Amino acid sequence: MKMKYLNIAASALAIIGMNACKPSADKTSSSSFLAGDAAEKVYVKPGTHDEFYNIVSGGFNGQLSVVGLPSGRTLRIIPVFSQFAESGWGYSEETKPMLNTSHGFVPWDDSHHVALSTTKSEHDGRWAFINGNNTPRIARVSLSTFRTEEIIEIPNSGGNHSSPFITANTEYAVAGTRFSVPPDNNADVPISSFKQNFKGYISFVSIDKTTGRMGIKFQLKTPGVSFDLARAGKGKSADWFFFSTYNTEQANTLLEVNASQKDKDFILAVNWKKAEEYLAKGKGKKEAAKYAHNVYSDETHSATSTILNEVMTLDPKECPDMLYFMPCPKSPHGCDVDPTGQYIVGSGKLAAVIPVFSFDKMIKAIANKNYDGNFDGIPVLKYDAVLHGEVKKPGLGPLHTEFDGQGNAITSFFVSSELVKWNIAKLEVIDRVPTFYSVGHLSIPGGPTAKPYGKYVVAYNKITKDRYLPTGPELAQSAQLYDISGEKMKLLLDFPTVGEPHYAESIPANMIEKNTKKIFKLEENKHPYVAKGEKETKVVRKGNEVHVYMTAIRSHFSPDNIEGIKLGDVVYFHLTNLEQDWDVPHGFAIRGALNAEILVMPGETSTLKWTPTKVGVTPMYCTDFCSALHQEMQGYIRVSPAGSKVPLSWGTGKNPVAEAEKKVAKR
Amino acid sequence: MGQATCSASFLKKHKMKPLKKISQIALIASSLLLIIAFFVPIWRIDLWAPQYPEGLSMSIWLSKLSGQVDIINGLNHYIGMSHIKEEMFPEFKILPYAVAVIIALGVLTGLSKNRKMLIGFLTILILSGVVAMYDFWSWGYEYGHNLDDSAAIKVPGMAYQPPLIGYKELLNFGAYSIPDIGGWLFVLLGIVAISTLIFEIKTNK
Repeated sequence: MKMKYLNIAASALAIIGMNACKPSADKTSSSSFLAGDAAEKVYVKPGTHDEFYNIVSGGFNGQLSVVGLPSGRTLRIIPVFSQFAESGWGYSEETKPMLNTSHGFVPWDDSHHVALSTTKSEHDGRWAFINGNNTPRIARVSLSTFRTEEIIEIPNSGGNHSSPFITANTEYAVAGTRFSVPPDNNADVPISSFKQNFKGYISFVSIDKTTGRMGIKFQLKTPGVSFDLARAGKGKSADWFFFSTYNTEQANTLLEVNASQKDKDFILAVNWKKAEEYLAKGKGKKEAAKYAHNVYSDETHSATSTILNEVMTLDPKECPDMLYFMPCPKSPHGCDVDPTGQYIVGSGKLAAVIPVFSFDKMIKAIANKNYDGNFDGIPVLKYDAVLHGEVKKPGLGPLHTEFDGQGNAITSFFVSSELVKWNIAKLEVIDRVPTFYSVGHLSIPGGPTAKPYGKYVVAYNKITKDRYLPTGPELAQSAQLYDISGEKMKLLLDFPTVGEPHYAESIPANMIEKNTKKIFKLEENKHPYVAKGEKETKVVRKGNEVHVYMTAIRSHFSPDNIEGIKLGDVVYFHLTNLEQDWDVPHGFAIRGALNAEILVMPGETSTLKWTPTKVGVTPMYCTDFCSALHQEMQGYIRVSPAGSKVPLSWGTGKNPVAEAEKKVAKR
Repeated sequence: MGQATCSASFLKKHKMKPLKKISQIALIASSLLLIIAFFVPIWRIDLWAPQYPEGLSMSIWLSKLSGQVDIINGLNHYIGMSHIKEEMFPEFKILPYAVAVIIALGVLTGLSKNRKMLIGFLTILILSGVVAMYDFWSWGYEYGHNLDDSAAIKVPGMAYQPPLIGYKELLNFGAYSIPDIGGWLFVLLGIVAISTLIFEIKTNK
């Protein structure tokens, strides 16, 4: 996918190579772009906390990473779209439904863009949203449990790339399809009939103000182009959403060449308030479409998956004044709106300039019908009529832009491998600093919001090469932290990342830290197989299904001896962690399990399914070092041949907790 | 106590005057203040260990326990201690009544303006304080010494009696035992009663 850039970069290097001797860059301290006091600025004293939570997409690992800034320390990986054997996500009976789709169980995805919830375009610290690119989905992650609470599949979509960017008050997350596709309910058409049959669907996924619950409110059936990235307006432009497009050539093969023919592609401006009006007027049309909606509950500690069968669509041809195209040079990638909502920055990844559009001018051009024809019935506004201006000679291959809140923008350049700071009003380049190497996304704390915190920018690089100790053909992915508090950007830190980060957002730690969930209250546990105390533990046989109502407390399982399991049985260990103290998880693993382990948090119930494959005595044990007697937290399951007469029995020896309970009565 | 008996013999030789208005107000007010003790803890035990930098705390009220009792119980099972439960405190059934009586007596003393009554009230107050502390100590002794023989961790000669008041180190834990708001209100009432008596004696020579 990135071959094109690599070629350009390679040829650029080749030219330099011919004209000079082998270039050598000093990558370390003597370089002028490295801050002299870098170590001090990123040093977070042991026992103290980072200033920002950096919520980072994991790219091809399908997850989210939680990183601390400025230290660059990875704090946790939140499993989202991919199975995670470490915690049992997607393996436990409770979490399997989260990965259900209309295609069935999909255990992996490619997660690209993070959107943190906002109120009035400012961070509010409630949720993180992230897209699943391959099997189109949007997930909502709680910023108090740091767990995925909901995943909704997007029908009529192929490649959910232009997602899950959100509106000012988190009314909607959007899902623009990267591949135009024929509608799901009539999709058996020749690929070459692209122009007639393919549509670029944009879904507006509504988000409930209090619960965060998602639902597809409507889909716009726009002309067949590829949607790349998007941003909602802010302030005066808050009713609008802007989407970058490519392949307006409408090619269905060899896009590398065929989708790069036109001088200009488009930024699509969507008046989503207008769309709501049309919907209220009954202009929407329900269409058959199959998609999954998966919700996880902290009360039952279980997920449910519902398959939905229709979706509301709006046809722009029947809804005038809702969509407008703004011409944008050469396959724009990033499409970023400044904190005031006045400027829209398009980053034509093959362009030599950065065009900056003016919202006021756009509204004026629409009022004056200052059109340059139309594209499939949608008015195309005149480039000069909507343009605030162009940043000249900014660099090669602009991709993304974030804002520092001081009237400046910082844009990442993949091909020339640098970050460039420029003034939005004056369109003048202020500073540039190299990245190592080939930066993709960049992130300023609060950078996409109406209230950027500034201070730092992180570059998420696509190429790492020699930056770390080599680890064979596969290398760590690299991020770089820069200080942007002064006039000049200064490199502070390189830090490796997990997966391949695309977009990330940062939020001040004090907005999240205080809300962190420490335990789940046992008395609020509504899991159907919960055992709220050792007295409630039991083993129940239903045909060849055996349900073990099991508890864990430092440092034993109850029961820890089970007999009467037969070959051919399917055993469900429903493990409740009885602890009610922070940071005392228990794990559960059993020999020969064909799935994974489960990690169970205090007060939670989680289920591991086990199909015994051999006759004999099978050990099981706790995998999370829970106490001084953790190593003793183990037990046995006896498996007898099919048809055996061994009766079902279970138990736990005289144990200290039960004994201590009894002693109370003595006094 | 010594002072009270001494004052009593002193009083016999003198004609007793009724309590001054200010003494009455002080006595009645500080007695009524004790009503707060029904709504706040009277004692607290704070624990600290390397793994619990934020500390663990248990509060004792007139009729119940609160705080992280379950967590403390969970930790103490390693060394074979009993679980702390409300059932192990029959005192919870008596304490609210005892405090109600003290409040009533304090108010009555104030109303009666009688110095003899004040001496009697002070005596009762001090006695009940001593009894309460002894009771608390004996619970702590039992709790700290009655250990399960099959405990996972046994330290020869080690007992885990919490401090009666103040600080004590118990294995990896540091334990603090101090009065909470309710307890301090008791102390206040005691101080007011003693000061009132001294004030009355001094000003009515």
